Amino acid sequence: MNIDFKHIQSAHCENGVTTNLLRFHGYDFISEPLAFGLGSGLFYIHIPFISISNGPAVSFRTMPGAIFKRTCKSLGIPVEHKKFSDAAKAKQYLDNQIEIGNPVGCQVGVFNLTYFPVEYRFHFNAHNLIVYGKDGDSYSISDPVMETVTSLTEEELQRVRFAKGAFAPKGHVYYPVNIPKPNIELLRKGIVKGIKRNTRDMLYVPGGIAGVKGIKFTANQIRKWPTKLGDRRAALYMGQIIRMQEEIGTGGGGFRFIYAAFLEQAAQHLQMDKLMHSSDDFTRAGDLWRAAAVEMAGVYKNRLVGQDAYNKIADMLVEISEAEKLAFTKLSKMKF
Amino acid sequence: MKKSEVPQDKSSLANVTREVCYAKEDEGCYNTALSTGWSIKAEALENAWAEIDRLTEEARKEVAAGTKSPVYYFMQRKLMDIALLAAYTGFWKITVRRHFKPSVFEKLSEKKLAIYADVFEISVQELKNFRG
Repeated sequence: MNIDFKHIQSAHCENGVTTNLLRFHGYDFISEPLAFGLGSGLFYIHIPFISISNGPAVSFRTMPGAIFKRTCKSLGIPVEHKKFSDAAKAKQYLDNQIEIGNPVGCQVGVFNLTYFPVEYRFHFNAHNLIVYGKDGDSYSISDPVMETVTSLTEEELQRVRFAKGAFAPKGHVYYPVNIPKPNIELLRKGIVKGIKRNTRDMLYVPGGIAGVKGIKFTANQIRKWPTKLGDRRAALYMGQIIRMQEEIGTGGGGFRFIYAAFLEQAAQHLQMDKLMHSSDDFTRAGDLWRAAAVEMAGVYKNRLVGQDAYNKIADMLVEISEAEKLAFTKLSKMKF
Repeated sequence: MKKSEVPQDKSSLANVTREVCYAKEDEGCYNTALSTGWSIKAEALENAWAEIDRLTEEARKEVAAGTKSPVYYFMQRKLMDIALLAAYTGFWKITVRRHFKPSVFEKLSEKKLAIYADVFEISVQELKNFRG
């Protein structure tokens, strides 16, 4: 059967799954930027000593799963999560949900996701999509980063649900349950809570590798790359930061613009013009990230080599760190 | 980012999908816009693949020279490392590492070869007969 489900494309997969599932259940006021803001999605972390595909491990967003969990919690919506060790049971569970007309979020690996172009298929296990129907051997899939809905065979879906490695999904499915009536007052409270939590995460997270301090940490690392890694590997490391920044629909610059859009919508819901100025601060941060990406591209295209090029990029990241620090400090001083 | 600045470059997503971006309308509010891709990102991706191809080619040469087994080559070709291959096959990491030795690989049972072949999405014959 196919559930009557409306697919709306989004910039980021988890935002999209959250938004589309909540809209399905009657939360018409929810949008991708609101889901991202309620979930305090903006973040930065650079984890030293581990590498992803032989490059630095950086992330521009909060932990996988957090946006869905926090957004639902803010709106007073209970959430059901299931993981499985037995693939057959995972399939049966999903089929039962579809049978009773409940579209569910699924965490999947990208490597075997057949409708993605092969160039994008790395071993990345924190992708999200919605299964909203089944016809014979074929599942109806709403992948939020795709323009249209798509489909996967039973075998294809099983393969991506049981991808292995870091963040292995283990058949993870999740969906809201016992959904209360939409409450605009909870949305307003959630916006404030989301902003406060995001401010705390970016400004006061302990240690020196995350939040606005994390961006400076990366800057300092970049200065060391040419001597520590040599030109070829240093250039590959640069490319990796771009790819982490600007993967399909996601990205450092991209996330900053989504946050700016969130603050715009927050300004309307809370009737606070000051938030419009904060929105501009994050637009500026996003623009700075994009400018840094262009500069980084110069390095991996071998147009720019030598310590000076790396220093310039590091200086740009320091500027971004300062800009985001200022933007969040302003938010932290606001009275709601 | 202004709506007019949303990049519309060529990317490998052509004919698959366009991407949603958030950009400002000229009169000042955010809205979604569709992008066909950004050259900066496309080139980073190309570079990453050039590096993968280089590593795969090196692995092929090692198999041809008789210093590594086909398991090593196909691991590279599937963008895996030892930990990931161990997770997919259910073997210990140290066992996988042993299977990189041509002399050990020669003596692998059909059952173990079938496990590898399944993960690499090739036939047992292809795996066994790969000479680099």
